[in-house]
Amino acid sequence: MSLQSENGTPMLQMRGITKRFPGVLASDNVDFDVRAGEVHTLLGENGAGKSTLMKILYGLYRQDEGEILLHGKRVDLTSPAHAIAHGIGMIHQHFMLVPTLTVAENVSLGLQSTRGIFSDLKTVSKRIIELSRAFGLHVHPDEHVWQLSVGERQRVEIIKALYRDASILILDEPTAVLTPSEVDDIFLIFRKLADDGRGLVFISHKLKEVLDLSDRITVLRHGRVTGYTTPAQSDRHDLAQLMVGRAVKLAPDKEDVESGDPLLTIEDLYVEGDRGRQAVQGLSLEVKSGEILGIAGISGNGQRELAEAIAGLRRPRSGKIVVAGHDTTLSGPRQIREMGLSYVPEERMKDGAVGEFDVKENMILLNHSKTPFCKNGFLNFKAIKSYSEKLVKEYAVKTPDIDTMTKNLSGGNIQKLIMARELAAKPKVLLASQPTRGVDIGAAEYIHERISQERQRGTATVVISEDLDEVMALSDRIAVMFDGKVMGIVDQKDATRESIGLMMTGEQQQSAA
Amino acid sequence: MSDSFAVMIVVATIASGIRLATPFLLASLGEALGQRSGVLNLGVDGVMLLGAFGAYYTVLQTSNPYYGLLVGISIGLLIGLFYGFITLNLRAEQGVSGIGIYLFGLGMSDLFFQKFVGTPRPILPFMPLDIPVLSGLPVVGEMLFQHSIIVYIAFGLVPLMSFVLHRTTYGLNIRAIGENPEAADSLGVSVMATRYSAIIIGNGLAGLAGAALAIELGIFQQNLTNAMGFIAIALVYFGAWSPKGVMIGSLVFGMVQSIVLQCKTFGVIPRSASDLAAMAPAVITILALVIVAKRFKQPSALTKPYVRGG
Repeated sequence: MSLQSENGTPMLQMRGITKRFPGVLASDNVDFDVRAGEVHTLLGENGAGKSTLMKILYGLYRQDEGEILLHGKRVDLTSPAHAIAHGIGMIHQHFMLVPTLTVAENVSLGLQSTRGIFSDLKTVSKRIIELSRAFGLHVHPDEHVWQLSVGERQRVEIIKALYRDASILILDEPTAVLTPSEVDDIFLIFRKLADDGRGLVFISHKLKEVLDLSDRITVLRHGRVTGYTTPAQSDRHDLAQLMVGRAVKLAPDKEDVESGDPLLTIEDLYVEGDRGRQAVQGLSLEVKSGEILGIAGISGNGQRELAEAIAGLRRPRSGKIVVAGHDTTLSGPRQIREMGLSYVPEERMKDGAVGEFDVKENMILLNHSKTPFCKNGFLNFKAIKSYSEKLVKEYAVKTPDIDTMTKNLSGGNIQKLIMARELAAKPKVLLASQPTRGVDIGAAEYIHERISQERQRGTATVVISEDLDEVMALSDRIAVMFDGKVMGIVDQKDATRESIGLMMTGEQQQSAA
Repeated sequence: MSDSFAVMIVVATIASGIRLATPFLLASLGEALGQRSGVLNLGVDGVMLLGAFGAYYTVLQTSNPYYGLLVGISIGLLIGLFYGFITLNLRAEQGVSGIGIYLFGLGMSDLFFQKFVGTPRPILPFMPLDIPVLSGLPVVGEMLFQHSIIVYIAFGLVPLMSFVLHRTTYGLNIRAIGENPEAADSLGVSVMATRYSAIIIGNGLAGLAGAALAIELGIFQQNLTNAMGFIAIALVYFGAWSPKGVMIGSLVFGMVQSIVLQCKTFGVIPRSASDLAAMAPAVITILALVIVAKRFKQPSALTKPYVRGG
């Protein structure tokens, strides 16, 4: 933090911002400011009101109450164009890029062309190259966006904002899709942008990153500011407590469990992806009873196809899958479940639950044609009701009642519902894909607790996750996937973020010698 | 059959194929523009019918085919404005609204015809607009340079639309909005205004296509277009949303039609099979669609209404 900015007026002040949506107070009298040369973090869970606040700043929403001051002057931001004109740039969590266009075309979108109605990509390209050099962004103007990696796309987003002379940059969960080494790179760039005199707003719920990057931290919960601190004054546990409102266990307690016989064996598996690409290429794994195997890796490296192959939703091209002693390579999903597999899919609303069904219907989804839920082809609502109520209680699913439409529950509660249904089957093998993605910390804590209880029960568990912290906290062993192959398997106690991060980018594991 | 006679027939077939392709080309260019911006319009045929009747009636009254073209376009532009209102402001489901526009056009054009004209009377068609020097060339002259003005307009629009789509900021906006309207909106490009303009121009071209058809034929009757508007929509997929592709599709379609007509004239196809032969263009289009269109991806935001923050 430079002294000058601390004494001067902040570049941006948001005072008493209140925003109501039908039934929700998304932002409740929030104060927030940014000074030149600093990174000020907005920390909070999903739905805490971070995005709402920033959408107000970017002109996408209008506040109901409160005022915004830029360089001490009151402004009324009515549209993104208006915000951009005031020097506000936003790096959106879901990239705002058009894949079919080139980098230069994406950057020039919405800009006044120097040649009137005709586009002038030459001038734009030149400036992109200049900016790219100045900040080490390595962006090439003529490439099509669909050809770029996620990290590169993000840098295009940054160029877009810089091109428009943004002095205040809103970074909305910018690391959500990056590998650890990409995160390191992008943090260097962010720091450079701040040192250059810009004010950065960093939105995140990843505690470690927040502590690494921020100068100041404002914590939000349920639309209200619940804390204001700096990395020097707080650690991860303090931040988690401010976010959730109570002390949180960041990693489940793990008791020693003697691992037993292998319950899931995969041999030389090949699986094709949606576009005929070889998504899984010669993969072999073994998971024992009482063991959690974490599969780390950037999404799109064959994890989804692997999970679908194990669950019987995608037919492998070759190789062998054995679940609890039965060869299930070519079995359908129902047969595989009967062998003892439970599956918590990555996309909970697409593959995990039916949003238009109520809670009790989702609870019996696997057993709806079996007794006692079904008698002579008719549903037995009495049995369904008592069973669902029992599970809702046991798994702490927060729902008004079991007749509530599932899509109206929060992400964390839908995930708990799915966990309840899957674990109630007393699986021998549990396959959980991204079990806590988009889930609030409280629910994530609970889900982790449940998974480690399964471990004690003797289940062989596979956790596929992009969240490296989650994989490191839960697993006994960690396998890293890249381009459909396992780059290496390490014991949890030997694993470091660096070694796993390297494997995530395709480096083979260093030999243990 | 002597060689020169054979050449004559080939030349006549190709020239007539180009003429037959013209209304398809106009309508499918318009549809392609709308779809590039993310709006599907299934009502093309209805717009064409209303444009055709408007043009026919105007020429009947004024004996000036150019007024007919203007009226045809204007009707299309007006319907475009209306279609924009229901799909963009009211965010009605596009497939169903388009069918509504079609049925409206089908019924209204016939009603107007019964009410204001009654018995069909022919109108003065376009005179061919011979291009000096070029039209005198042997073979090529008759094939390409002795057409009416509307043929030149339609084919001239192909490079123009390519240029607009790829070399102007307006075209960039359209391409971006058809793929990712959120991105365009976040950079201050008005999704609403851009889509409105694309729909209005697109429907204007459909109206023009109808006018061209009526004036070229010199007549109007109930359901004059005979589902040509739907073929035009198929041609957009065939042409992978590019003006050039759409042009190739229209030409293939026009040529097949022309060949079938010639075959009938010369008795190559027996009278008893003529209905089957009439199906040929449609069958060939479907085959071509199955083979070609699968390979290309449609604009990602097609048929999806845009709501900010939604």
